[in-house]
Amino acid sequence: MTRYLPYILRNTLRNKRRTALTVLSIVISLFLFCTLRTVITSLAASLESASSARLITRRSTSLTFMLPVSYRDRLAQIPGVEDASWMTWFGGIYIDERNFFAQFAVDPQRYLELYPEYRLTPEEKDVFRRERTACIVGEKLARKYGFGVGDRITLRGTIFEGVWDFTVCGVAYPATPDLDTNWLLFNGEYLNQRMGDFGQVGAFVLKLDDPARAGDVARIVDATFANSAAETKTETEKAFQMGFISMLGNIQAVIYALGSAIVIAIGLVSMNTMMMAARERTREIAVLKALGFTDRTVVGLVLVESLLITLAGGLLGAGLARLVFGLTDFTAGGFFPSFTVTDGTVAQALGIALFLGVVSGVAPAWNAARLHIVDALRHTG
Amino acid sequence: MENLAAGPPIITLRGVSKTYRRDTIAVPVLAALDLDVAAGEFLALMGPSGSGKSTILNLVSGIDTPTAGRVVVAGVDLGGLDNAALAAFRARHVGFIFQSYNLIPVLTAFQNVELPLLLTALDRRERRQHVLDVLEVVGLNDRSDHFPRQLSGGQEQRVAIARAIVSDPSLLVADEPTGDLDAASAAEILDLIGRLNREFGKTVVMVTHDPRAAERAHRVLHLDKGVLVEAVRREQP
Repeated sequence: MTRYLPYILRNTLRNKRRTALTVLSIVISLFLFCTLRTVITSLAASLESASSARLITRRSTSLTFMLPVSYRDRLAQIPGVEDASWMTWFGGIYIDERNFFAQFAVDPQRYLELYPEYRLTPEEKDVFRRERTACIVGEKLARKYGFGVGDRITLRGTIFEGVWDFTVCGVAYPATPDLDTNWLLFNGEYLNQRMGDFGQVGAFVLKLDDPARAGDVARIVDATFANSAAETKTETEKAFQMGFISMLGNIQAVIYALGSAIVIAIGLVSMNTMMMAARERTREIAVLKALGFTDRTVVGLVLVESLLITLAGGLLGAGLARLVFGLTDFTAGGFFPSFTVTDGTVAQALGIALFLGVVSGVAPAWNAARLHIVDALRHTG
Repeated sequence: MENLAAGPPIITLRGVSKTYRRDTIAVPVLAALDLDVAAGEFLALMGPSGSGKSTILNLVSGIDTPTAGRVVVAGVDLGGLDNAALAAFRARHVGFIFQSYNLIPVLTAFQNVELPLLLTALDRRERRQHVLDVLEVVGLNDRSDHFPRQLSGGQEQRVAIARAIVSDPSLLVADEPTGDLDAASAAEILDLIGRLNREFGKTVVMVTHDPRAAERAHRVLHLDKGVLVEAVRREQP
């Protein structure tokens, strides 16, 4: 088929405006597809990065209710729990609401040891434990706002009212690129003291001796605090994060429905283009067949032309998505730890482009194959 | 209608009938027609519109099939061939010259002429040489990069003739080849077709309404209501 390529390319560019508009519609649709699918893969990646060797214990009724910090020592005593620490969602505003990122007040003594996948120097950890207003920022957050060690960060509290000043004592680097570093941790003692030693925390993190026993340990933990004033719900870190995601509803179903609608709509546009292009060339196709081109060759010419258009759209659409999200470091306001268009997403987009090309080309190719030369040579227009 | 003067026939039609269907109505065009055309002959078919001239051309070139009868061209019985075999037959044995040239507008003269060679095993260099050779035969080697819209009607038809002969077929079928041309261009095209017949031994079957075009043929057959009548026979056209 390569020897026919000059002919196919000339045909593709015969009506430049129409071809350009068709390619553009495919570019836009596959860019949207890549974006929507990256929402799913990014959420999945954030779940993958969650450790199965850690449990999260929170209030059984709701995340918005807190637990007594005194639970920590009892949790650390439970068989199977190697260490226990705590964290509290802060929910402050940096300058204005658009600058959303996660902020946690954490146990300064143990929390960092439970997350070895975030790299900090011993000196940074030491300062964090000692300094009341010390904070650590993740690498991505530091890069986004230009934070460095010694910088002051002021947050306006929403759950815990007032103006809160912090000093950056370290920047945490992830051990693997899929880890979220769009966050700020600060010394939890600062929160406790300013709130009048209220002795409450949002959740506990439990490090397990044996990840295989996570289910047993979670049941023991919850049984320990059953019938108390603050009952607990314990689950793996992954299940805990899944709970956040499920709050957004059935995202995947919505995304797949949207993606399918877009692909079908563009498929129809592309099919219409190919039908028009082939219909305009009825007489030329008849001439080719008269010259000795077989039905199979004519089918190939029409299909390859269709594939060229859709694959060009697919490559540009997927490439654009990769470029845009690669260059802009997009995180949807920190919602996604890493919004990266994966190779799998690009492959799927190209697969869809291929599918669109075949579907769009099949009808005109079939018509071309069935074309009766004598009738078509009489065709005008 | 036998060709009594020439050698072995390259075209043989025996008892050929053709009936077209328009909705439910059957329209007979040819009825039990016999025809022999000798190799190297230049035959002109004349007759009123709808008399079946072009139908004969379509049958001998393998782009249409008879309702009944036998069509043998270059030793190939076309009745037994499927679509792919008919396509291969056309590529090998038939060169088409149409009234309205039927060049591909997005291709240059060179690329238009090259089209039939894409079906052969020739490599790029060989194809190029063949195309340049035939463009020289038709006197258009200086127009090879021109698109059809940049050529005059006569030049377009010469490109179409180059396309028809580039794969060296034994038979040229020409349907009103001068119908869209002015008198001067028409004469040039007829000269060229005559030269292809004389110098290159191509068998030519030409449909025409133009008596001046028919004068170039060895033999002129009139077709009326499906019946062939020999009108003129010449040793030298």
